[in-house]
Amino acid sequence: MIKKITCIECPQGCALSVDIENCRVVKVAGEKCPKGKDYAISEVENPQRILTSAVIGVGLSLKMIPVRTDKPIPKERILEAAGEIRKIKVARAVKSGEIIATNILGLRVNLIVTRDCS
Amino acid sequence: MCEKDLVIVGAGPAGMAAAISAYESGVRDILLLERDQYLGGILNQCIHTGFGLTYFKENLTGPEYAHRFIKKINAIKEIEVSLKSFAVHLTNENVLTYIKPGALEKIKAKAVIMATGARERTREMVHIPGTRPAGIFSAGLAQKLINIEGLLPGREVVIIGSGDIGLIMARRFILEGAKVKAVIEIQKQSRGLTRNVVQCVEDFGVPFYLSHRIAKIHGKNRVEKVDVVRVDEHLHEVADSMFSIECDTVLISVGLIPENELIEMAGAVIDKKTNTPVAQEINKTSIPGLFVCGNSFKIYDLVDSVSKDSIHAGYQAAEYIRGLG
Repeated sequence: MIKKITCIECPQGCALSVDIENCRVVKVAGEKCPKGKDYAISEVENPQRILTSAVIGVGLSLKMIPVRTDKPIPKERILEAAGEIRKIKVARAVKSGEIIATNILGLRVNLIVTRDCS
Repeated sequence: MCEKDLVIVGAGPAGMAAAISAYESGVRDILLLERDQYLGGILNQCIHTGFGLTYFKENLTGPEYAHRFIKKINAIKEIEVSLKSFAVHLTNENVLTYIKPGALEKIKAKAVIMATGARERTREMVHIPGTRPAGIFSAGLAQKLINIEGLLPGREVVIIGSGDIGLIMARRFILEGAKVKAVIEIQKQSRGLTRNVVQCVEDFGVPFYLSHRIAKIHGKNRVEKVDVVRVDEHLHEVADSMFSIECDTVLISVGLIPENELIEMAGAVIDKKTNTPVAQEINKTSIPGLFVCGNSFKIYDLVDSVSKDSIHAGYQAAEYIRGLG
């Protein structure tokens, strides 16, 4: 079966044509760089996304502190993870890159701050 | 009146790159004005990833991308940073007036770089009929309310236009627990990048109506619903195609307009259609020694390209100052 997908690795957005047999990718066409093939395989066999959001700062210079997962998480767990992140409040100074929550939903993925906040 | 070699207005990605590059090209007396209380400009509210893929070969969020430039700016003592400083007047001899808390300053510069960015096009510019209730926001304002102020502007959202900021905000509202009921685009294809259609709209199953437009916004105090119609290839309404969507919030994401009122005040020639300076070369204006870079020169899709072109602006300004002797 041939499936058409758009690569989201970069703003070029290559139109990929993916040949799938028994839920496995056997051939990828249309990619302009090597990332396209990896993306196609991941997107078909185990789609994942980096999750970005913001958490509430309590008594800090920023009202909202931007955060991201340090690794991509499965697409179907995004909403659940976003719900967990909404519960987090930070009440201490943090640096960009610092971990503020570990092992989100047991996925072995950490939440890191993306902006310094004093 | 105070004197400076180079004054740069705006410390977003364009202004910061221009300041660093001017310093690296030999300018030693630089004033960088920023109206906000932080450096970084609009990047601070763009908390999603996708920045830096060409410039740094890394996938960064907006604040992370800004941080790399902020660190450099703070390390160069010849760049004087003035926050909460708002430029209000400019002459054709590069005399710039700005206000900051408790003071009105006037400064004569050898060269000026305007890196003032862009503002969002509004509902009035695209003629959306209906009432004027609460609940109608430009996409970038909603982004600021959620990501900076920690306020959720609505629960059931319809997005008009498919600009990148609107697409990004579809996902952002959903991640904050709101419902996005539709994205409505009058053209046959998305105005924003395909990757944003995929990861912000399709990923979450948001209905995306191409070749549709809003016929009317309803609501007395707060938005209650919108009427939507299909349009043909001439953008004319298709008969009997109307349907309604109940919602409490409407986001407008229909493009950006460069901010160039100050260079216009100084007498620079402006293209009225695009609100950009008319010039022979990138980053230049019709006034010698007055440069414009970033989204105020032209609207960019990618911040990476803004950084690249603004580095050139810093170099151009340094060359100009050197030429004055």
